[in-house]
Amino acid sequence: MIKLMKGNEALAEAAIRVGADAYFGYPITPQSEILEYLSREAEQRTGMVVLQAESEVASINMVYGAAGTGKKVWTSSSSPGMSLMQEGISYIASAELPCLLVNVQRGGPGLGTIQPAQGDYFQTVKGGGHGDYKMIVLAPATVQEMSDFVKLSFELAFKYRNPVMILTDGALGQMMEKVELFEQQERTTEKLDWTTVGKPEDREHNIITSLHIEPEKMERINIHLQAKYKIIEKNEVRYEEIMCDDADYIITAFGLVARICTKAAELAREKGIKVGVFRPISLFPFPYEQIKLHANNIKGILDVEMNAGQMVEDVKLSVEGKVPVEFHGRMGGIVPTPDEILEALEKYIAGGKL
Amino acid sequence: MSVETLDRIETKVFEKTKSLLDTEMHYCPGCGHGVAHRLIAEVIDEMNIVEDTIGVAPVGCSVFAYNYLGMDFSQAAHGRASAVATGIKRVLPEKYVFSYQGDGDLAAIGTGETIHTCNRGENILIIFINNGIYGMTGGQMAPTTLPNMKSTTSPFGRDTKSMGYPLKITELIAALPGTYYVTRQSVHKPLNVRRAKKAIQKGFEYQKLNKGTCFVEIVSNCPSNWKMTPVESNHWMDEHMLAFYPLGDIKVPNVKEA
Amino acid sequence: MAKVKGDIKIDIEKCKGCVICVEACPEDVIAMSNEVNQKGYLFAVKIEDGCTGCTNCALVCPDAVITVYREVKQKKEQIAVITNVTENITVSVDK
Repeated sequence: MIKLMKGNEALAEAAIRVGADAYFGYPITPQSEILEYLSREAEQRTGMVVLQAESEVASINMVYGAAGTGKKVWTSSSSPGMSLMQEGISYIASAELPCLLVNVQRGGPGLGTIQPAQGDYFQTVKGGGHGDYKMIVLAPATVQEMSDFVKLSFELAFKYRNPVMILTDGALGQMMEKVELFEQQERTTEKLDWTTVGKPEDREHNIITSLHIEPEKMERINIHLQAKYKIIEKNEVRYEEIMCDDADYIITAFGLVARICTKAAELAREKGIKVGVFRPISLFPFPYEQIKLHANNIKGILDVEMNAGQMVEDVKLSVEGKVPVEFHGRMGGIVPTPDEILEALEKYIAGGKL
Repeated sequence: MSVETLDRIETKVFEKTKSLLDTEMHYCPGCGHGVAHRLIAEVIDEMNIVEDTIGVAPVGCSVFAYNYLGMDFSQAAHGRASAVATGIKRVLPEKYVFSYQGDGDLAAIGTGETIHTCNRGENILIIFINNGIYGMTGGQMAPTTLPNMKSTTSPFGRDTKSMGYPLKITELIAALPGTYYVTRQSVHKPLNVRRAKKAIQKGFEYQKLNKGTCFVEIVSNCPSNWKMTPVESNHWMDEHMLAFYPLGDIKVPNVKEA
Repeated sequence: MAKVKGDIKIDIEKCKGCVICVEACPEDVIAMSNEVNQKGYLFAVKIEDGCTGCTNCALVCPDAVITVYREVKQKKEQIAVITNVTENITVSVDK
């Protein structure tokens, strides 16, 4: 079924269709449509629990409790709300609870602005909470992906017993596009051996915890988590390459910005500059190797983000100094235009930096 | 061969219940947590609901409750036990869910979650252990520390002018329409233990009615941080804590409704 | 009327010597030992015979180390009578 939908609504609709069991959330612009849409649609269609919590802190801990039962649970918020959830996310990652988290980013720091931004890359990818943990992070660029990644996220979350974050922004959340919705799936719960669902006679009691007071045990848990992240790095790298085959320059960008950069690349090609776009889809695991492969064939990389330069650090790590990497960013809720991206690219080339 | 009509048989009238595991508890000598744990285990075993019960452990001394109680357990972040319990109960509404929380957890850092969980009338049982002090971190002032009571962060006694007043959170939440049964008990004397057990049992039984949150406060001791012997601490509790936190039911269900 | 006869068994290695049971016992049959257990605690011991099996000590014990027994008088239930006619002996068999 093809529909014209807002990104936030497509995402909410996908969660209904994937058979999610529960959503715990708290209103915050620019993602309140998710809670509103679910409140209208979800419970009567599939019986999904939809609960407006008293805060993001409560939401994430409700997710923690419910995810411990093996149900498909999720929450969403925007940047300041996501900051409040960081403690809970650290607990969820440590206790290895599968769940979906969605951050429809807005400009910061602080209360910031309600306009779109990408300033939470570090928080999301490098670990905003305490301790050594990783979430699987997916960055959609279209309303279609807002829907598709919900399904993918739950698959990955349960495959690895790990939280999965969809990192998007207010522009994609608010904009309308056509989206092909997948078929309604039945709500089912797989019987898992680690869940807290009530202890039958024939097994020991299950405990969901992130507390391991003996240092040796805590180290073992950490080593186990790191080993799991290595497997995720091996298996789950996702990216998109646009016009990269013959490119002299590559623009790296994630999410909606990659689409603006694609337009900039097209404008550049009209001017005879061969530009491609490399879009990391999974921000963890990051496509280090795939970007590195291009390093020998190009003259330089321009990284474009709606922040002060965050993913650019990973791009630089990828190319290991083989090619120059420059950055163009807008902050505070300003979305860059294709023209200004092209202008930045040309300026760096003319200046001999790329 | 003598023929008697009466025989004397020795029967066991009290033993440790099955769901209280054999693991030795880490609590200090004389700590009320042990009795409270045992009562929960006894009620769950007597109701035969181990298979249908999920507990939520807090942060604080009783963070390891799951090592001593033999049912499925989720350990919550500091203060968030009632939110975690809400999450569990909402997706498993047919199960019995209880949280076990101390005063710092429930009435300071988790006040928001406590009040909103009770105000939504989540069909869970909250067991609240109030000993007026932060035990695990070494005796700091709690929201329930009595006026003039000494702690490591109120070394000259709690000065209510600058440190605020002890919070009677149980009375506070009893005023919320979402709560169904709210009571304050203790476990320092045999009679009180019997009453506390009845209260916990009601808390579990009422969950099946889906009428709202049940809340059982247990006023308890902290010999180590009160710097008293266990027996002295129980006497001190009787004299001072119970004078401020009087025992008894605060909100009871309408019998007709129940 | 004679008192009910009871008994307690204390798991002395698990006892933490808090003395709360001593205070709870209405018959004063529990006291603290003079020696320590493996953990270094003075442990509770039964020192008198007057235990009535009231369970008070076990109820307040924070470590659930006390098991309580009570002697109860129970009427024997006769399940058979065997009569040997030749020797004139009657034996009752109780359950």
